[in-house]
Amino acid sequence: MEVFLEQLINGLTIGSFYALIALGYSMVYGILKLINFAHGDFFTLGSYVGYTFLVFGSSFITAHFGLWGGLMAAMIIAAVCVAVVGVVVERAAYRPIYPAGRLPAVVSALGASIFIQNAIMVIWGPRYQAYPASLIPNIHIQLGGLHITVLQIVILTMSFMLLGILYWIIQKTTFGAAIRATALDKDTASLMGIDFNKVIFFIFTLGPALGAITGVMVGMYYRQISFTMGWNYGLKAFTATILGGIGNLPGAMFGGLILGVLEMLGAAYISAAWKDVFVFLILIMVLIFRPTGLFGEKVAEKV
Amino acid sequence: MIQEAKRMGREGFFGSQSLFFATLTLFIMYPFVVSDYYIDVAFFFGIYALLGLSLNIVLGEVGLFDLGHAGFYAIGAYTTAILNTKFGIPVLILLPISAAAAALFAYVVCSPIIHLRGDYLCIVTIGMGEIVRIALINNPFDLTGGPNGVYGIDFPSFGGPFVIDSSIEYYFLIWIVVALSIYGLIRLQKSHIGRAWNYIREDEVAAGASGIDVRYYKLLAFVLGAALAGVAGNIYASKLMCVSPESFTFWESCLMFCIVLIGGMGSIPGVLIGAAFISLFPEIFRPFAMYRMLIFGTVMILLMMFRPGGAWPRKRGAAEHPPLHPGKEGIDG
Repeated sequence: MEVFLEQLINGLTIGSFYALIALGYSMVYGILKLINFAHGDFFTLGSYVGYTFLVFGSSFITAHFGLWGGLMAAMIIAAVCVAVVGVVVERAAYRPIYPAGRLPAVVSALGASIFIQNAIMVIWGPRYQAYPASLIPNIHIQLGGLHITVLQIVILTMSFMLLGILYWIIQKTTFGAAIRATALDKDTASLMGIDFNKVIFFIFTLGPALGAITGVMVGMYYRQISFTMGWNYGLKAFTATILGGIGNLPGAMFGGLILGVLEMLGAAYISAAWKDVFVFLILIMVLIFRPTGLFGEKVAEKV
Repeated sequence: MIQEAKRMGREGFFGSQSLFFATLTLFIMYPFVVSDYYIDVAFFFGIYALLGLSLNIVLGEVGLFDLGHAGFYAIGAYTTAILNTKFGIPVLILLPISAAAAALFAYVVCSPIIHLRGDYLCIVTIGMGEIVRIALINNPFDLTGGPNGVYGIDFPSFGGPFVIDSSIEYYFLIWIVVALSIYGLIRLQKSHIGRAWNYIREDEVAAGASGIDVRYYKLLAFVLGAALAGVAGNIYASKLMCVSPESFTFWESCLMFCIVLIGGMGSIPGVLIGAAFISLFPEIFRPFAMYRMLIFGTVMILLMMFRPGGAWPRKRGAAEHPPLHPGKEGIDG
């Protein structure tokens, strides 16, 4: 039972990472029908920006903000920087290509992904970087037989708060309604006075910012970051997006959480080496029986 | 009329007959005038061309998103590697066997998922490719050698005195296979199968309504594409003499995807251009060292900006109509 609960918490932690990245994918997909392959690299970039901030500002941070304050500041700075990069990438690499259709945009997204990944490699070097251990609080607590760290609790709380905020923005605010309307029917939405460019601007700030925050959290959680890690997380997040039903934002959140939990339980009870196989097999099974994902609506075929 | 069609077919491909022979001469002369290193570069150009052609059947002709094609490539390479090192079967005899193994794998795996559409099919093929790669790393039944892979694959031969063991011979092997594949694929494009494929790509529902067995033709595309990737895997395995899971990552599938789209969907000369771009670009830009992949990414974006239909888009004959909804690419949203 303890193993189960511990793995459940681990799974939820990783799942919330996937969910936060998946939201960025899903928003872009919903509006543009574009698989934004560069999104995983926004996440990596955020992780590296946070790392730089923590390493170079370490003495200043501990003196003025304390450990937690420093981590918060790192997240905010990473989010702002990467949001700017996100908007620039959209302007430079995607906007000129929209009129040409979906497939050229996919190649362009791959090109952007290669570019960001290698830019990170050129700037920070090809080796693994480690988040400074002295700056990350390391307090363990025992809850009955459960063994968890405070950091894990903070990360979980933060990601669930972020997911909640996002859910609120998308479901309850006017801007969220604009996004959903645009995702549903771009042309009608713009006839109703929704500014398409504003919506795009919004999703390309919010998505990368969320990715960057996740990147800093992953850096704190695993301590070690590398310039290629975006591929793996991006792939998992994309899987989560599809699992939940593509373009369906709450679906992407749940998809991410389910994926993380399944992965950890699979690692604990089946085999750690085969956990990814397990994840993809479940995805394939789900899609065979529900071809539009767990929460995907049945969409009538357009002719 | 038939003469006319034949002439147009030739001109659509190489411009004219003399240009065709000039290209042919250049290809034959090439390995005798450059160093071994550049022969190998041309060899890998050939491998990517073959892989591009194989994905082009699935992605270009039928419009099915396949981002797990490296899985089929891996099955072909590992079939060759395992059967050759464990049982000593000559590599050239394994060539059709590898193709058949990859094709069978494609048939088994794709049968239950062939009804998925667009991006859902895309993620399932990604998952399939990843499952193959992880399975290879985990060394099931002690066959695949885990992360290190399989070593000591023979040179291609039929078991007799005829052995392909130099760079020049490999160069001719791969390019003869590519040439034969191109010939076969051009014939296929013009047959009723090719037309059925293109019909499905343009409008799947209408194709089904006109009596085309959509499921059958989609599976056929996957099986043929996988077989060709298996052939590429066979030649690749014997050239490198070892195979390891690192050669068959998601990244490799993405490269194949780019080859087809950079060249132009469904266009065979386009695939050659795309393969040339993918394989020659990193060589040409080697002096830029760590900046070359930055340039690579930028060029990919620029190519799509200025030639969104690909470098050499497929010419549409009078019989083929432009897509009904430009910008939507005919693939369901």
